[in-house]
Amino acid sequence: MTPRIAVTTSRLELDLLVRVVSNGGGHGAIATFIGVVRDNNLNRRVTHLEYEAYEPLALKALEQICDEAVREWPGTRLAVHHRVGRLAIGEASIIIAAASAHRAHAFAACRYVIERVKQIVPIWKHEFFEGGEVWIEGATANPQDEAARMEAIRRACA
Amino acid sequence: MRVTVRLFARLRDIAGSGDLARDAPTGATVGDVWRGLVAEFPEMAGYDSSISSAVNADYAKMTAAVSDGDEVAFLPPVSGG
Repeated sequence: MTPRIAVTTSRLELDLLVRVVSNGGGHGAIATFIGVVRDNNLNRRVTHLEYEAYEPLALKALEQICDEAVREWPGTRLAVHHRVGRLAIGEASIIIAAASAHRAHAFAACRYVIERVKQIVPIWKHEFFEGGEVWIEGATANPQDEAARMEAIRRACA
Repeated sequence: MRVTVRLFARLRDIAGSGDLARDAPTGATVGDVWRGLVAEFPEMAGYDSSISSAVNADYAKMTAAVSDGDEVAFLPPVSGG
């Protein structure tokens, strides 16, 4: 059975996530997000990425994010799979599926999850480009930071 | 007491390993373990204000106490997604 939340070295499959959130017939909308490895960043020609996770904490952080989203948009069902290891250009690094009775909550919850992933999930992107490599460093992870959480809600509802 | 230190991304590169065993005095905090690492690897000092930390795979503050056998993780700014 496909888990709702996963950190995996295997190729991500959208169908699996859609199926996980589709259990039952009460949903009128499923919004999905696929994060994809891009061939350029800051004028660098990216050759591939390597993602690294602190897996046990990453799984807990993803659970927390899904719990937050369900509190914000009750009745939403969520699934999130994040890939780790070496990824080629065009491969999916993350897939999120959000099912809800109506489209507004499905879109909002889906957007909220990706914003929060970028804030608090201990996963790192190692970028390899023509001429070098660099660890990408984004947000200082602080799951208690209410201002960050409110910013994710604001973006989700924009 | 002895703790396991877990390091990720650039911190792991700086230390040359993502998994270190280090001694810490009784009553030590996560911050004490961090300062020990910075003394050992001065390049890590640049992360003083931007790292997060975890004890036994739960987010923890730098003021949290550590116990013998704990896994103490230091997390540079995250970049998943």
